[in-house]
Formats: sequence, C-alpha cells, structure tokens
Amino acid sequence: MNPAYSIIFFTTAAGAGYGLLTLVALYALAGDAAASASPALFALGLAGVLVTSGLLSSTAHLGHPGRAWRALSQWRSSWLSREGVLALACYVPALIWAWQLSRGTDTAPALPLCSAVLALATVYATAMIYASLKSVDAWHLTAVPVNYLLLALASGAVLWLAIRTWMSVATLTDATLTAALIAAAGVGKWSYWQTLARLTPRSTLGSATGLGTLGTVSSLAWPHTEQNYLLKEMGFVVARRHADKLRRSVVMCVGVLPVGVAMLSGLSTGLVASLLAGLAVVTLAIGLVLERWLFFAEAKHSVSLFYGR
Amino acid sequence: MSDLLNQAEPAVDTAPSAADEIKTTTCYMCACRCGIRVHLTNGAVRYIDGNPDHPVNRGVICAKGASGIMQQYSPARLTKPLLRVGPRGAGEFREIEWAEALDIAAGWLGNIRQRAPRELAFFTGRDQSQSFTGWWAQQFGTVNYAAHGGFCSVNMAAAGLYSIGGSFWEFGEPDWAHTRYFLLFGVAEDHASNPIKIGIGQLKARPDTKFVSVNPVRTGYSAVADEWLGIRPGTDGLFVAALINELLAADKVDWASLARYTNAPWLVIDAPGTAEHGLFARDTDGQPLCVDARSGELVPARTVDLAPRFVGAVELPDGRRAAPAFEGFATRFLDPGFEPAAVASACGIDADSIRRVAAEIAAVAFERTVTLDVPWVDVWGRRHAQMTGRPVSMHAMRGISAHANGFHTCRLIHALQMLLGTIDVPGGFRYKPPFPRPIPPAGSPATESEAGQPLTRMPLGFPRGPEYLLVDAHGNPTRIDHAFSWEYPLALHGMLHTVIHNAWLSDPYPIDTLFLYMANMAWNSSMDIAATLHQLTDRRADGEYRIPHIIYSDAYYSETVPYADLILPDTTYLERWDCISLLDRPISDANGAADAIRQPVLVPDRDVRAFQDVLLELGARLALPGMTQADGTPRYPGGYADYLLHHVRTNDVGPLAGWRGSDGSASFRGAPNEDQLERYIEHGCFFRAELPHTQRYFRYANQPYLEHAAQAGWIGAAQTITLELYSETLQKFRLAADGHGDLQPPAALRDRIATHFDPLPRWQPLAAADADYPLHALTQRPMHMYHSWGSQNAWLRQLTTSNALYVHPDTARAAGLADGDWTWILSSSGRVKAQIKTMHGVNRDTVWTWNAIGKRSGSWGLDQDAPESSVGFLLNHLIPTHVGSTGRAEVNADPLTGQAAWFDLKVRLERCTALEAGASAPVFAPFPARTATPAVLRRGLALKGTPTGRSAITHREYLGGSAQAEEDGTTQ
Amino acid sequence: MTMLPSSTAKKLGLVIDLDTCVGCQACATSCKEWNDAGHSAPLTDTDPYGAAPDGVWFNRVHSYEVQTPGGSKTVNFPKSCLHCDNAPCVTVCPTGASFKRAADGIVLVDADKCIGCKLCSWACPYGAREYDAHDGVMKKCTLCVDRIYNENLEEAARVPACVAACPTGARSFGDLGDPHSGVSALVRARGGYDLMPEQGCAPVNKYLPPRATPQITQAPLTRHGGGIESALLRWLDKILT
Repeated sequence: MNPAYSIIFFTTAAGAGYGLLTLVALYALAGDAAASASPALFALGLAGVLVTSGLLSSTAHLGHPGRAWRALSQWRSSWLSREGVLALACYVPALIWAWQLSRGTDTAPALPLCSAVLALATVYATAMIYASLKSVDAWHLTAVPVNYLLLALASGAVLWLAIRTWMSVATLTDATLTAALIAAAGVGKWSYWQTLARLTPRSTLGSATGLGTLGTVSSLAWPHTEQNYLLKEMGFVVARRHADKLRRSVVMCVGVLPVGVAMLSGLSTGLVASLLAGLAVVTLAIGLVLERWLFFAEAKHSVSLFYGR
Repeated sequence: MSDLLNQAEPAVDTAPSAADEIKTTTCYMCACRCGIRVHLTNGAVRYIDGNPDHPVNRGVICAKGASGIMQQYSPARLTKPLLRVGPRGAGEFREIEWAEALDIAAGWLGNIRQRAPRELAFFTGRDQSQSFTGWWAQQFGTVNYAAHGGFCSVNMAAAGLYSIGGSFWEFGEPDWAHTRYFLLFGVAEDHASNPIKIGIGQLKARPDTKFVSVNPVRTGYSAVADEWLGIRPGTDGLFVAALINELLAADKVDWASLARYTNAPWLVIDAPGTAEHGLFARDTDGQPLCVDARSGELVPARTVDLAPRFVGAVELPDGRRAAPAFEGFATRFLDPGFEPAAVASACGIDADSIRRVAAEIAAVAFERTVTLDVPWVDVWGRRHAQMTGRPVSMHAMRGISAHANGFHTCRLIHALQMLLGTIDVPGGFRYKPPFPRPIPPAGSPATESEAGQPLTRMPLGFPRGPEYLLVDAHGNPTRIDHAFSWEYPLALHGMLHTVIHNAWLSDPYPIDTLFLYMANMAWNSSMDIAATLHQLTDRRADGEYRIPHIIYSDAYYSETVPYADLILPDTTYLERWDCISLLDRPISDANGAADAIRQPVLVPDRDVRAFQDVLLELGARLALPGMTQADGTPRYPGGYADYLLHHVRTNDVGPLAGWRGSDGSASFRGAPNEDQLERYIEHGCFFRAELPHTQRYFRYANQPYLEHAAQAGWIGAAQTITLELYSETLQKFRLAADGHGDLQPPAALRDRIATHFDPLPRWQPLAAADADYPLHALTQRPMHMYHSWGSQNAWLRQLTTSNALYVHPDTARAAGLADGDWTWILSSSGRVKAQIKTMHGVNRDTVWTWNAIGKRSGSWGLDQDAPESSVGFLLNHLIPTHVGSTGRAEVNADPLTGQAAWFDLKVRLERCTALEAGASAPVFAPFPARTATPAVLRRGLALKGTPTGRSAITHREYLGGSAQAEEDGTTQ
Repeated sequence: MTMLPSSTAKKLGLVIDLDTCVGCQACATSCKEWNDAGHSAPLTDTDPYGAAPDGVWFNRVHSYEVQTPGGSKTVNFPKSCLHCDNAPCVTVCPTGASFKRAADGIVLVDADKCIGCKLCSWACPYGAREYDAHDGVMKKCTLCVDRIYNENLEEAARVPACVAACPTGARSFGDLGDPHSGVSALVRARGGYDLMPEQGCAPVNKYLPPRATPQITQAPLTRHGGGIESALLRWLDKILT
C-alpha cells in the first residue's frame, strides 16, 4: 500500500496524542499529584495539538474536506465513521477536564476515565479501519489493533515521561513504566512481524482469476503499460531487504533507544535528564513514523495479484 | 432529515438524454470499415457505437472505433497547409493558405506532366481509395503509382488471385456459420477485424467445432484457439506441405472436386527444352485436354461428367508426351522430405501433432460433411438438389505474407484447400463478391503514354505472361519501384518500400516529385529507417535534393511530415465524404455484395481539406482529362461527393453500386442518380445486395451466380472459373527464363525466375540458418492500434504507451536475460535496445514485439519525453532493405511479388550493461514540440446528458456468443 | 447509505466468457467513451500526451498465461466492478456515498456525498474503483445504470456499453438473481465462477472458464505404403463414380 504521508502523520500524531491523554488519565485516576496540576494541563494541551493537527491533516487531504461532516453518519457500518464520531466525542470530556485543570478545580474521576476510554476507543477504531479490510492480509489481523493501542500507550508514556522530566516530577517508576510499555509495544510489533512471516495469503493470482484450477497463473500483460491509480495507491510493496533494514531501524527507534534513553533519564537528574527525555521523544517519533510507513509499505493489497505481484 | 443522515438511497438519473442527433458513417480507425453511429450533443461527438444494421460489424465496435473521439480531437492533427522552410527533417514550416499550396503543387505537377509524367511517383499508404487514386494517376499519365500493398500483404492477394480467383485478406472469409474446423495461419489481427471476432465467437459456441491457430505467438485469437501450434516463422509452407503429404499418402483427397472445379487433371506437355514444355495440351479449339479414365481417350477439360485420370503419361496426337498436372503435384509432395517426421524440426511442430492435425482435417472434411437443403445449378446445366460441403475452413494473413516465400506458402494453403474440396462450399472458405474472378483477373498494368496523355488503362494490373511486363527493350524496369519488371513480375500492388531508395539512386531514372498520402515512410513503414532518412535528405552535387520535391498529405503529424516540402493536411474520417467501393476493397460478405460511404459528421475546426477533394482540384488545375470538361471547367466541382455521384467507368459502373439509375432502382450498373448519397445516408451509409441462397456457394461453377456477376460487371462473361492447382501463367515466365520466346529476362535474373516461377506450389526454404543471428524477430499488430495510428489517441495510448520484446524464458535464460532486463537486439544491419518480457506462448526461436508503438520524439502530438520514444522501439531499424550474399543485392522481398519480407528478420540478443539499461535505442533527434498539450482531459463533462425525467423501464437481458449464434441460424 | 440492503429484488451483473475474450479492449474503451460523458462524467485523463499518462477507467483488460499439465494457455481477462452482494466498499464508506441499490443490486457512488477518502478502493479486493483526483471523488462501473433503463436509447442499446461492444460476444448481462434468466442458465451450463470467493464479497458478476478442446479424432491417418510409385499406380486405376 502506498504510504501516504498525511495518513502516517495523522495516525502517529493522533495515536501519540490519545496515548498521552490516556496516560495522564491513568495517572489521574491513580491519584498522582502532577496529573492534577500543570504538567497534566500541558500534557492535555500537547495531546490536543497532536490529535487536532492529525485530524486536520487527514481531513485536508480528502478530495472534499468541506463534506467531512458527512463522515459522521455511517457509524453503523463504517469504522472510519466510528473513528470520526469517537474522536469528536473524546474532545468533550477532555476539554472539560482541561478547563477544570486550568481553573484549578477538582476533577471528577469520570472525566479522565471517559477521556481515556474514548481515546483508546478512537485508537482502536482507527486501527480497525485497516484491520477490517480482508483485502490486505497484513492488516486483517488481531495484532493490528493490539499494536496500535500498545504503540499509542508507549508513545503517550514517553511524552508524559518527557513532560514530567522537564517539569521535574519524574521518578524512576515513571521511567520503568515507560520502558515497560515500550517493551510491550516492541514485543507486540515483533510478534506481528512473526505473524507476517508465517502468513498464508488469503488469495492468489489463481483464485483472483479463477484460473488456478487450470494450472499456475502468471501475468502476461497489464491493461496499461504505465502506472494507474490502483498501482500508485495500492501497488506499492517495499522490497524485502529494504523492509528488513527499516524494521531494524524501527526496533532501534521505537524500542531500544527510547527504552534505554528513558531508563537513563530516570536515572539522571536535571538538564541531563531533560535532554535524555527529549532524545527519547525524538527517537520515538522517528521510530513511529518508520513503523507506520512500514505498516503501509509491507502491506500487500490483493489487487496487486492481478498485476502479477 | 434522513437524507442528512444519509439513510435514504439516493435517486439516480436512469434516463438522461443521450444525444441530440445520431449520424451514421463508416469508421476509419482501421481498414475493417465497420458501420458506426456517431452520437452528437451540441454538434460535438458524445459517443460512437456500432450500427446494429451494418453487415460488417452488426452493432459491435472494437477498441479503436470506440476511441474515435480521441482520434478526432488529437493534438497531433495537422491544421493548415505547410511549406518547409528549414532543411528536410528539421520540422521547420511556414503555414500557408490553400491557394498557395495548390499553386505550388500544380506548378510542380504541371511541369512534370508536360515533360516526363513518370517523374511523378504517387504512392498512397493506409488509404482505401485505390480505384480513385489509381484513376487519377492514369489521367495524369504516370505509371509510378501504387498503394501500400507491396509492403502490406500482396502475397495473399497474388497467390489467391493466381490460383483460386479470390483471396484471403478481406476478400474471402470462413463459412463461420457452418464450419467445423478452422485453421488460422499467421494472423494477429486482420482487416476484417470485427467479422473475424464475431465469427470466432460463433464457432467457439459450437462444442464440435475446433479452431487451430498456427502462429509463432499465442496472443489474441491464438489465445482462444482450441489448439495453438507455435510454428517457426516462415515455415508454414512446410507445415502445409506435410499435411498434404499425409493426405496424399492416405488418399484423403476430394477427387470429384478436383475433377470438376480445378485444373488438376489437365494434361501438361512434357517436352523439356521446347517452348511449350509445361504448358497445357490443348485441342484445335484451344481447349485444355484431359484423359477420360473410363475410355482412356483425350477429352476437353470441361466435358460434362468428366471422370478424368489424375496420373499417367499419355501420348498426344502430335506425338508429344503429357501427364496430368496432378501427377507433378503429387510426386513433389509425396517426397519423403515432406513427411511429418522430416519437417518437424524445421517447423518447430512435433510430428505427432502434424499427423494428428492432418487426421482431424480429414475426419472433418470427409466424415462430417455439411449439407444445406438449397438447390443449385452448375455451369454444365446440372441441377443439384443440395449443397454439400467439407466444412474445413482456413484463413491466413501477414504471418504468411511477409516472408520471401510468402507467395508460394499461400499457394500451398490454397492447394490444400483444393485437395480437400473446401473452396466456396458449406463450411469452407467463401469468396466475398465481387470474387471469384477469372484467374488471373483481367487487366494488365499500364505502359507509359506520351507526355500530356493519360495512360490507356489503370497503372496496376495482372500480368499473364512476359509480354505484360513493364520493361524496356533491354528488359530493364520502367517503373521507379521496378514492379512488373523481371525483378518482380507479379508485383500486383507495386512496391512502395523501394521508391525512396530507387529515386535516390535514380534507378532506373530520377524522379521529380514524390507525392505520398498517409504513408509513414520516414518511420515504421520503412526498413532501415536511417538509410531512408538519408535518402530523403541527400543532395546532389548541385545542392538540390536527390528527390527534388516531396508532397505529403495526412491528417496527423507523423514522422514523415518533417521530411516533406509541402504538407496538404487531410480531414479526419468524421469530416469527409468517402466511399468503400466494389471497385476497391469492398465490405462485401460471402452472402452479399456491399459497399459504403462516409459522410461528413463534423465540420473541420481547422483549415484542412479532404485529400480526394484536393486531388480533384489539382486534377482540374492540371486539366487532366477525366477531371476537366471540354471547356476547361472542372468536371467535379463539388469535389469527391460530386465524383462519387457522377463518375462512371465502363458498363455504367460507378464508384457506388447502390441506388443507381435515374430512379434509383438499379444496382451495380446504371446511370448516375442525384439522390444516391441521400439513399446511402438513409440506409446507414451502406448498400448491400444479398445473394439468393442458390447463388451463395460453388460460385466458380454456379451458373446463375456467374450470370449475375457478369451482369453486375464483376466479371466479363458468365464463364466457369477453373481453380488453378497448376499455374500455366507462372510456367510462361519460367519458359522465358529457360530461353524461349522473344521476351526473356536479363541473364542475371534467369536462375531466379526459373526457380521461383514454378507452375506448382513449392516449398521455398528461407535463408540458411545463421549462427550469428539464430532468432527470428517479428511484430504483431495489437487489436487496439492500427499501425502507427493510436499513439496520438489519448485513450488508446494509455493501453500501450511503450513496447517490450517478448522472449521465451528458456531463450532469455540462454542469453543471460531475466524478465524485465534490457537487451541489445542485433541483426546483420544494425542494433536496437529494448526491454524484454518473458512469455511461454511463443516459439522458442522467436522474439516479437507490438508493431509501430515506438515513435520518434516530438511526433504524433506527444511530449518529447513520451515513453513511446524513450522506451518504445522499432524492429525496423534491424531489417535490411536488401539481402543477398552473392554480390547481387536484392530487395528484401518475395521474388515474385516484391512483397516486403518484414518477418524474415533474424537477430541475436546481448544483455545490456547497467548503464545502458532504461532507455531504448537508436534515438533520433527530436522534432520540435508543436503546441502545448493539455495537462488534463475532461471533455465529457460538457457533454453529459441532461435529466429527462423519464422513469426507468425494464432492463433487457443480453447474451453474448450464444445469442448471436442462434440469430445466424448456425444451430443446424 | 452504507448499510447493505438485506436483499435486492434483482442481482444485475455481467457474465464474462474467458473462452472467447481475445483481449481486443473494445469493452474497456466503449466503457470509457460512454462514461466520459455519462453518469460519472468525466473520466479524467491526466498527462494524456505526456510521459506519465493516467486516466480513470472502469474496465481493464489483463492478459495471463496459465501453465497447465498439458501445456500452457493465454487467457485475456477483463475486470470491472462485480457489484458484490456483500460489497465491502459499501460498508466501509463513512459518508454513505457508496451504496448498493435495493432494486437491482447495482453498487454506485453518490458523487455529491463522496469525500474522497479512498477507503472504499482499499476495501475492494478486485481493484474496481478508481479515484478521480481532479474531482476528488471515487468513480466506478455503474453497470451503465444510465443506459439499461433509458428510453432515450433504442432498445438494442439498453445494455451496458461494454456488452454491446464486445465483438466476440464474450460479455452477457442480466439478472443473476433470477434462476430462470439467460445469464443464470449460461452460468450453470458453463460452470461460471466467482473471483476470489475467499474474500467473502459474494460477487454477482461471474466468469466462464475456458472450454475443453473439442476432440475430433485420435488416430493418425493410415498411410498407404510403397511411396510415390505405388501411389501413382493406385491412382492410375481410380475411376470416379
């Protein structure tokens, strides 16, 4: 599948934003002080910026952004519609909570709770847009929404750790929790790649043409010698050796580096800790983009079968 | 509210307005000439579909016809007459008015006509108006005229016309409705494109009917064939010879048909060294003789109820020996060298398959005859209650033709048909009116007249012996293309592919003006393009071009445009009057004679004129006899439409056959009818006269048919046409080469004539295998392109924007190549670079590509970086114009007809380096970009139909092949 | 509306005969020219005369080779929207622009509602939908819904453009939901099948497989022995009755 940068930006930014919102909410529900004070407000603000810019970016790349409101109507059948409804719904408790934080008033637990639930539900719905598609074997797996959630939580955790570090309220526990969530995301991703390696294609060129009952089918000629929409949008599959290199980078940038850096940060104080926390964010961001790029680029759409791929 | 929530199903306009106006005309996206309906909205073309009433296509339409809109609106269209200002090839022109263009052209041509008319070489390419352009050349007085058949498929026409009085190509067709076995030789696409598709669809619906395709490549028709035989190119004659060998050895011969309808039993004089050796023995009335098998007596060949001997020498009254023609034929083809096992390796078809096909053919022909309950009367007056046929049909085209052995290969196929008795019988091959014709047809090629005088007859004709050749006292050619000389005696369609080379060499004389119409000689219609471009641009010592003047007419900016001095822009086919005449290449089918017109559907939006109108205007200015009244005024002031209505040849025959006579009630012959064109338009722009059922088969011996044909002016007299297994005509040329008669070939050509002018069909092997160039290289025409036409079409070019070389995986591997690699293709005369694609369905010793996709940068209205020029390639650069290793360079052509031997090409492959890969070669300097092309096409938006508010009616079902089969009554 | 109708009164669709398709592209271009000014007008072409021409087409014709135990075969393969009963392109659409008609099962795009998110084209395993970047909406085969019921066309033309055009008769049109229809009988007679049934789309269009080769005879001809001389002798005595 063609890795469109607007979608990569949207899912990684929004995913990180929802993850951050969830982490703060969890801390708030656990009674953490910073989660009821300015670090939380800053985090909610950052989460809002990430989510909103992601949503705006993906809307701007539609053929008709002005009609985007119609996308709220088909939630009965469409995961994309559900994502829209949930994303909008999530703003409600989150904004109220943020407003209360800004006022310094007490926050009813329902607000962070609803925010977290709706945030995770939105991430889940986003993931299900892809996972519901039978036409892409690499997406039609339970691992996909699981990984989206784990990555959202991991990225949210790194951002919350960085904020807490910059605001000098971070503890080793925070770092450990962050490292654990990153590790979980890493395990989830590794497991996903294992699944991909063992994946039996749902369809083949033989079943796509129905000629498989006669023998082995190969493409002789395409309907057109140049590229067309189908190939540009869905025909791209990254070469294995490139994918392997990128996977290693992802492992580094989403897994190893942030884990290491986060731990080091937790073990450090002051400026060093802040710099390390920032580095963790940066490496994570790079890793998330790479991971999401690979998520598209390693996904083969069944239409490419017709082109002999 | 529900709509806001998108719960209700949206309303859909199911009955928008479709078009304001519908006009019928004839398509010209290729030479099939289907009937089309052009649907117009606000005077612009909304869409084009097939005319359901039209006999050729019956409502279907092919990819090209359906894309006519983009042909009509292509940026490649020429828009105004052009005068060259830079050197030839630079593409620098000045737009001029028609008045000036016609003055220039008339000036050049008038000069020639007074001085030496033969210095006008007037050759037409893809066009269809040969009876008109040939007549124009005749009025002008130049012998140097032909259309493009010499490099197209003259071998098919010549072999057919000199053996069975008709031919494949579009002049005959399988009896689709009744055939039970169809053999297709060397066809990727053919002129009768949609009829072949319709026919194949029909016969595939019959479970007992087998379709075998003999073709080195398995695409298109060969893909749906029940069996594909991946033959080595150029060896179809050998394959057919092996089939004949099997049939002869098993006595699977239709003796009755041979006896009645062919000259197989005619006695051939056996007197080597004498002037009549190899000619027919005749009685005092000049009638050929046969031996009656019952009495042993000599009887005239056309004796009713003849039961002749087919073998056995006899003594003639004058003492000479003679034997039936069949004996020589059988002796030749029973030779063990033609047994299946002996030919298998050379053909690339295993012996078992050859034997099986022979057995299948015999089983169908002799055990599954088809009988129609239709009576008929033969030329002997005998009445037959039924028509019984051996339902084996065949068709062949350029894969057979474009070889130096194509004439005889095609003759071999016709011989096979004669042996099987499958010519013009139910289920077999059927002629399309006005065929069959006498063998060969009447009319010899015109000799030169005095300057200022017309020729005494049409330039092209059918030589019946050495006396009809166009040679001077020394036996040298008198035409610029050497057609009808001892070099190419039967070059019935001329040899356009030699004109530029010969003119450059002044061989046999210099010309003044080359006048080309719709012929892309500076690119895909020539071999060795670089040499051709050199010849077009080469100058004499005095600085003049060796070919002083070049006039070119076309509708589109082809690669040839920059090499002309004067460009006369043509209309598109939707903007002109035209005719598809019985005098040319009609649209008849086996069951009826038909012709058609084109009517202008659109008014040109640019300063172009229909070429035929221009020719008539030039003819009037030159005061050519047929085009000028006695008082000097133009005879056809109304242009081509005027000519169509009023022009008459002998016997009240005009260009159009329908609605003749002052009241429009006559067909084929009659006085001009002022309303004729209106009648055609009323009837969908075509006319068809169906033959009665009793006249649809055995027409070479069908008395009422022959009378009808004579009456219609198709043949001179209602006489039987005897199919020629043995060609006395060819023997006459051989006798001249052997030293008999007043007219003999030059010494250097004796052996060649003696070898190839064989009265019997012969297997002529190709050049010996060359270890340096072991692979055959061919092209095929894609069904959605028509030679170089197609790349200027925005829709068609998206289908095939560039071409690759197709190679068998084993062959590729042997050359160190994988699918997608770039390779050099080398021949003895050049090299070309291309990307390969592997495929299994190809003869292992053959590589091929799609014809004419490769374009020169800047032509055809394309951007200079279009893939057609950067990746697309032509094989033409590899094809030598001359061959011959004995020191005497001969044109790369069939020695009898001059047919360009495109497919004799031999090559080898060499892998490209990484640096070389990615772009094709050779690259020619780009032509200057013309107008900026649009970045986006959204033409249809303005033509979308408006809602009419009509409610939906019930849908109707439509079933494809099986429905058509039932309609044609094939279930019998 | 993107809820699929629980059932449709008719299941209009196409039957494509792979036994007679010669790959001529008549269907692809007839579709293009009709639809360029039809329901989804226009079918935009970008860079039409340049280095990267690309346009919106509803019908595309592929070619394949099949290696069989007995040899190999070339098969030409037209592909357009199969108007699936269980169309995933309909259910994924967030705006309701993609819908399946309850009356006849035709799957369409409401161009006034489409936001151009392209998700439907991802959901379609067959690649039946193409995006028109200029209009910002998705376009696809309409089964010529503006022809099949259109009284402004003469009766013979009230079929999809591709079906009317096909020169070999390889395309048929009708109600695949009616077991007594001609298309249904055709599918039964020829063993018509679904493409990629494992994708669960329940396509309505059916494909007819290549037919078996007709068997004429297996035994080679019986050659008379003895060569040319004995053949001539044999024929010398031949008397035609």
